Formats: sequence, C-alpha cells, structure tokens
Amino acid sequence: MFDDLRDLYQEVILDHGKSPRNFRRPEDATCLAHGNNPVCGDTLVVYITQDDSGKITDAAFQGQGCAISVASASMMTDIVKGKTVEKANRLFEGFHNMCTRDDFNVAELADCDEDAIDRLVMLSGVKEFPIRVKCATLAWHTMQAAVNGDQETSTE
Amino acid sequence: MNKSSSVVEIAAGDNSTSAFDVEKIRADFPILSQKIYDGKPLVYLDNGASAQKPRQVIDAMSDLYETRYSNVHRGVHWTSQQSTNAYEAGRQKAGAFLNAASDNEIIFTSGATEAINLVAASWGRANLKAGDEVILTHMEHHSNIVPWQLLRQEKDIVIKVVPIDDDGNFLFDEFEKLLTDKTKMVAVTHVSNALGTIVPVADVIKAAHAKGALVLLDGCQAVPHQSVDVQALGADFYVFSGHKLYGPTGIGILWGREDILNAMPPYQGGGEMIASVTFEKTTFQKAPHRFEAGTPAIAEVVGLGAAIDYVNAIGLDNIAAHEHDVLQYATERLQAMDGVTIIGNAREKAAIVSFVLEDIHPHDVGTFIDRAGVAVRVGHHCAQPVMDRFGVAATARASFGLYNTRAEVDTLVDALEETRKFFS
Repeated sequence: MFDDLRDLYQEVILDHGKSPRNFRRPEDATCLAHGNNPVCGDTLVVYITQDDSGKITDAAFQGQGCAISVASASMMTDIVKGKTVEKANRLFEGFHNMCTRDDFNVAELADCDEDAIDRLVMLSGVKEFPIRVKCATLAWHTMQAAVNGDQETSTE
Repeated sequence: MNKSSSVVEIAAGDNSTSAFDVEKIRADFPILSQKIYDGKPLVYLDNGASAQKPRQVIDAMSDLYETRYSNVHRGVHWTSQQSTNAYEAGRQKAGAFLNAASDNEIIFTSGATEAINLVAASWGRANLKAGDEVILTHMEHHSNIVPWQLLRQEKDIVIKVVPIDDDGNFLFDEFEKLLTDKTKMVAVTHVSNALGTIVPVADVIKAAHAKGALVLLDGCQAVPHQSVDVQALGADFYVFSGHKLYGPTGIGILWGREDILNAMPPYQGGGEMIASVTFEKTTFQKAPHRFEAGTPAIAEVVGLGAAIDYVNAIGLDNIAAHEHDVLQYATERLQAMDGVTIIGNAREKAAIVSFVLEDIHPHDVGTFIDRAGVAVRVGHHCAQPVMDRFGVAATARASFGLYNTRAEVDTLVDALEETRKFFS
C-alpha cells in the first residue's frame, strides 16, 4: 500500500527519526535558536558551538516533530559539525534547491563533501510531498537563525 | 455516477434506512465519486476543517451567476432586484435555521472568525473596561481566543479559562467558581473542534445570565450535527461558518439579539452600513446592515441558503443519528486497535475522534493514510491550549459528516494498521 512512500521513509531516515543523534543541550553552546512550524506545531531548539574562527565544533538539538523533521535535525547536526558557517549555509542552500527545484543537479554541490550530499539526497524525497518540505528544512532554517543571532525562526 | 465497488457494497445493510439513505446522499456530492492515487476511493474524514459541497449548493451558486447576478440593495434594475431577493432569502433561511426572533438578527460575515472579531471589537470595545472579565474554555479554537487577547491589549480586561478533565469534559463546577460580578462575557465553543466535546451550553447561559454576563457560542462544529435554537438556549451571540455546513467558504453567520446589536457601534465603515453621509456627520443603519459594510458575498449567501435547505430536507435529527452511529463504530474500532489512544472521551460528543497512534507523529500518520485515500486532519487543530492540556503537540483527527459510512471507518482502521506495521 505504501510503496511510493518508501523513497521518503527509508530505513536510515526512520532510524534517525526514532533515535536522533545529537539530541541534547550542550552546556557550552555559543548560540541557539528556536524553530517552529506553526502549521503542524513542530518545535525545536538548535544549539551551535563555534570556536574562535567561527567553525562549528558542536551542533545539537532538542524538540519534537514528525519523523521527517526529527531525522532532518539529526542529520543536520551531524553534517554541520566540523564545518564553517559558510559551508553549512552552502549545504542548506543546496538542500533547499534539491527539495524544491525540478532542474536541480547534484553537480551543483561538487564543492561539498559526498557523505553530506548523500544524506541530503536521501531526505530530498520530500520534494514529492510539497507540504512536508518545511518539515525537512525546519532544522536547517533554525541552524541558520542561530548562527545569524536570531533567536526565533519559523517556517511561515 | 461512477461509484466505487466498496461504497456500493455497504448499501445493502449498513446505514441505509428509509429515513436516511447514505448512498443517495453520497450521490449528491460530486467529489465523493472521485478516485485518487490510482483508483482509491476518496475517504473524506476532515469535515471538521471543511465539509464537501452537494450539487445543490454548487448549482445554486452557478445559477445565480448565470441568470440573475448583480450587486444587492443598490440597483433599480431587474438583476439587482433578483439578486437582492436571493440574498435576503439567504438571511431568512439562516434566521429560521437558528430560530432567530427576527431576520434582522442575522449578520453575514466572512466566517465565524470574523463574527467573533466583530463582537470583540464592537461590543467589547464599547462595553468592557479594565478589570472586566471574559471567560473562555480550555478547548477553544484560536479564533475564540485571539480576538479577546487583542481586546485585552487595548482594554486591560481579564481572560479566565474554564478547565476540562482528562476526558475532555467541561468542568461546570469550575466554571461557576470563575463567574463573578466582573464577568461580562462568557465566550465558549458549543462543540470542541479538537475533542468533539459537547458543552452544556444551556446551563452555561443560565449561570452566566444570573451574573449579568452575556454569552457568545461558537457553533462551527455544532450546526452541521444538531439543530440549534438560539431562543430556547437563551444565547446572546451565536456564530458559525458556512463551509462546515456543506456551504461555500467566505460566508459565516453572526446571530445576535436585536437589542444588543442595535446598541453596538459599527465594526467597519463603508457603503451599505450607513443611513446618510456628509463630511460633518454620518448616521448608521440598524442591524444587520450596520455590520455589513461593502458589497457582501452574494453568491456565497445563496450557497449557504442552499446548504441550509439541503440539511433541513434530510433533517438534522436524522443526520445526528447517522453520525452518532458512525462515531460509535469508529470509537469502538479505534479503541480495539493496538497502539491507538483516543484524546477526548467526553460523555457528550459530536462526530469527532482525535487520536494518536503509538509514538508515530500524526504528520507521518496523515501522510501514510493519505496514500490509502483517507483524508484526516493532523496537527494542533488551531487549538494549541487543548493540545498542551493533553501533553501532545498534535493529534490525528477523523471528523465525520452526513455522507460518511462505517465502511469508510474500516478503510481508516485498515490504513492505520498498515501504517503501524510500517513503523514497527
């Protein structure tokens, strides 16, 4: 019955949704932001720790949401760890394009690491479910808000 | 009409009586004969958000546009007279539907949201002062919370909230404790959109009136499911939206007692609502026109009138009995399912079942059962305080209408079982 949902709800995503990585509040976080999706009530807090050069040394989150939004937050925190803010933003831009643009070509992210791209491609299955794109991008919006110094963000 | 085999099958014994023929009713709703996702019948269980429209409503609106449309209350020409007649007939139908004492008590708004905002802005600004109290319940829709909060910012009024118990019952004793001499307005839902709880509004009105407070009832989830008599209830304001009553969007009703309405200042200024205008002084019409500035939603009023005719022809008592049967069946089947928790088990309930399925987020549940053709609402139902009360961020909600069947409940339950298997 649900064959066409398996592209989106893959094992890896279900696993991240059930057992999210980096689901904690780091004591030494240098910035944080609250993200919420007023349509569905998903809420999360993203904690980012940056070193003096601005590099992201730790990323974590807490909150609640659907399998897609929790998996996305889990993967996002894994992905941005160890990256510069510029690189994290670049990956978000690429992911957003993946989820929304029909003509997206993964070659556009040739400058990014393959492991990150593979994970994002997996999540980009939400493209077929436009109403759920916000679920997948909420954590990324919130990460961006945190490093930009905005305390609140919303997908609306 | 192209009907699915599964729908035809149930006509034999289920829900089909001489008084209420659900198959005949389903045939009135063109959208229900559609197949989605490669041949699955559409199982529409999101009536609490908005109901589907019968051919009679669609035709009434098309007919107006095709044969006699014009602006109302303005022209001397034939079309204007015809449109005005059709428009005012809609007011009469709405008045009779609620058993209003006069059609002047029926004000057309864009929906229940605007109706409540109108009362809060017009009656509230004119009558409330700092320290006055407005009582709401814990299960209000945001549209009956936020207008009062906006008024609180301006007037420094006090908002009190009647609690509910773990089953979603309105706690009458607690309500009585909240009532004081400062209580000026009790604004409560007639039926909770998130839980289905039917509030004992007649008793609420008696207790509120004893303290000199007025009562506004949000009837959005009540009028599609039961007959309402505002005079017998003794209410002061009653609001509902047309689109939940099988009518069009963009039209709603504010009913208010005529003496109260005529003492209220205008809500919006413009054409239609004035008696005379000069740059020095403008005088206003009485209700209802005082509150209907600008060109109204003419075809929508006609559509709402057709929707009222439609449910009246079937009979709200028959509709209530049918929906009660479907509700009971759905409740039994969901209760029997592993992993389902029903949120809201009030003693008196309308045809709404909110539930959660294990720890699977309602959005994931909604996406999965959608693929089986089943439409339910997932989320906070614009009632976040009640979600907080039950410690959930969201629920899935099946809300039934007059065209739903036990067979559709079976489809829902089967889809939920499949979803559970997928996530286990």
